[in-house]
Amino acid sequence: MNIKLRDPNIIMKLSRLGSFHQSKLSFLRSFLNEFKDWDYNRDLFDLNKKGYGTAVYSFKKKDRVYSLICFANKINDHERSDRVIATKWDAAFTLHDGIPKKKDIERLRNEVPKQEVGRLSYKELTLSRANKSVRIFEHVVQSLSNGVQPNLNLLDKVGYLYRTTAVYGSGKFGLADRFRIKNREEINGPFRLEMMLVYLVRQFTFDQVNHVAKNRNPKKAIKLDPHICKNLGIGNSTGLGMAPFIVNHPTLLNNWIFCRETALKKIRELKKVDKKDSNLFKNCVRNSIKNITSWNTDSEYQLQKINLLLHDVRKFLTFLEKKFDFEKYYPFNELYLWLEKETCDECIEYIVSIMLEPFDEIVQPLVKKMSSDEEKHFNIPTDRTTKDLLSIIEKKYSNILTINFKKKENQKKFWFISKNKEEPRFADRFEEQGSELEQPLAIARDIKKLHEKLLSLRKSLTINEFLIDNSDLRHVIRRAFIVEKFPYSEIQDNTIGENTIPIDMLRLKLSFFGALKFDPKSDKWLRICMFQGAPLPNELKNFDDQWVYKS
Amino acid sequence: MKSLSEIETTSKRASKAIGFSWGVSEEVAKGIRLLELFGLPGIKNLNQYYMLMNKKKFDNLSVINKNNKSNKSALCPINLGISFLDQIKKLESFKKITFSNIAYPILFIPFLSRSSEIIGKKILFKFDKNFFLFNFDVNIFSNLSKKKFPLIAKKIEISILDNKDSFTEREWKNLYKLSENTFVEETESLKKSAAGAGLTDND
Repeated sequence: MNIKLRDPNIIMKLSRLGSFHQSKLSFLRSFLNEFKDWDYNRDLFDLNKKGYGTAVYSFKKKDRVYSLICFANKINDHERSDRVIATKWDAAFTLHDGIPKKKDIERLRNEVPKQEVGRLSYKELTLSRANKSVRIFEHVVQSLSNGVQPNLNLLDKVGYLYRTTAVYGSGKFGLADRFRIKNREEINGPFRLEMMLVYLVRQFTFDQVNHVAKNRNPKKAIKLDPHICKNLGIGNSTGLGMAPFIVNHPTLLNNWIFCRETALKKIRELKKVDKKDSNLFKNCVRNSIKNITSWNTDSEYQLQKINLLLHDVRKFLTFLEKKFDFEKYYPFNELYLWLEKETCDECIEYIVSIMLEPFDEIVQPLVKKMSSDEEKHFNIPTDRTTKDLLSIIEKKYSNILTINFKKKENQKKFWFISKNKEEPRFADRFEEQGSELEQPLAIARDIKKLHEKLLSLRKSLTINEFLIDNSDLRHVIRRAFIVEKFPYSEIQDNTIGENTIPIDMLRLKLSFFGALKFDPKSDKWLRICMFQGAPLPNELKNFDDQWVYKS
Repeated sequence: MKSLSEIETTSKRASKAIGFSWGVSEEVAKGIRLLELFGLPGIKNLNQYYMLMNKKKFDNLSVINKNNKSNKSALCPINLGISFLDQIKKLESFKKITFSNIAYPILFIPFLSRSSEIIGKKILFKFDKNFFLFNFDVNIFSNLSKKKFPLIAKKIEISILDNKDSFTEREWKNLYKLSENTFVEETESLKKSAAGAGLTDND
């Protein structure tokens, strides 16, 4: 049976992308798999009684060492902010390439806590900062120092001790450019070093909370139970910074989605499925219910999605356990078709992610294909014709061409970069100033403009001839030739409409990171949790690959 | 030290701010990244050129011919570079192209380097007493790299070089003969037993 890849016109809609969930392809899971046989070590832990100071953690294999350097600082409560405009954080981190020398640590002590206004060097790979969840951190310290474990209900509600507010890499603020390290086999996957930083930060938060509790009451204090640690992750507050990334990296976006779609296609094409694989799938669906029921949010928008998801996953589970027979041929295809007919987008994508769980032999080769050499696809084939271009646009952007951008509601918003923080923002074109400095993220509108221009031509020209008078459309001409080869490289939706929900774009990216429990705080930012339930560093050598569904 | 990623982002934004379209700004940014990667002063010259652009007018040449003359003003290296890159498949047949007066010729360089990769041929860029040889966007060879870059190239000649060997047939044969010393002389027995395909091709 040959199953077609799913239609980009359906999958690349913002609402669908905003329904994606973590899977075996997610970067934090592929990071754990890649680094499970590396030697983990805590090389330095020089904190004072209050938990302020410096710590270094590392992963080592043969001659390669990656070291996380942590700087924990005292800040006042009124200085603590998750917004990107903050200038102080409870802790700041950088991942150093190799073993840091004393002078490296001294240099970084001056720069890392400053974050965006500090300068890093090519020896540093990633940069981040994090704030304590004040109520949780203090509760855990107080409990441990009194010799008792913390209240699990309270921990469940939050899920972490610290949350990061940004994780930077790839040349930002002087960090190493990707090209310097791209040939290293262990980081042959997107965002692997960012994942390493977050994972090691998680361990730092446990060590710090134990250290502070011990110093508060040396005689009575106990350590945080490793089972509780395991069920804590690292929070993350994410704003609009992530949104332009997926528009600005079309071939990378394609590769992420294409790998997921290819995995699904191959699983649907399996004629027979082993009992152990079908049981693993069923167990994951069953266990995952807890992930949904423990998903806390105040967002009405998300609550509705969660309720619908829970309803549909239960309905699916009933079908799976009471009516479905895995002895049938092409069982996963049948299940998928049932999902499409009977459940919401959120549930379809949720179960699609779980379908990947039993099939390492399908998923693992795809993990290695999720990066992209974007430079290779940058040149515009200017010897091709406007006839070719018109045909590509009509074939690949057919839904976008139906949007009427003369209507105010379809072009109500615009994307810009704020002067104070150099971060992306999203505002009302008709009520706010600055739309003349709009970023080139309104791809649908510009493609439509290009289409209209092409239709008005009297004869077919070469692209080179067309570009002479249409330089303003050069950026979308480049994209159209990219989407011709990479079907999932483009969001097939309007990114500037009145009803555009920017967090759908964030959610897509975060799902590929492996984030859980999306908690929107508005339509422009959300909180998530990473590594909740993940093995601790001392468990890495032998851990349960389905840990996500057992937290 | 600034990373190449920072160099690319800032060059793109500055190019948009000076008035180029986003698509052209992307091309400029890639070019400046390339210059800096090769150790050539891209940021310095882009900065100077953009400051000058506010005060002075530069000519554009949309369609490039075999021989091209600018009017009163020097040619804008960016618009010329974009035209060259876009028209390279057509220009390939000219073999030799001449221009006069290109401002900040260093900013023209990345477009030539990328053009060399697109057509798979080396490109020789000569102006005044200087030359640059572009090798498929892999490296750039020049007699000028350590000197101050001229602000204007007056008489420019661009040659698209045919792919040909840089050595004589005799030199090749000598080296090949030496390489043969790594081969094993085949006996009749080896001919029969050591080969894979080829023994039963006429069955």
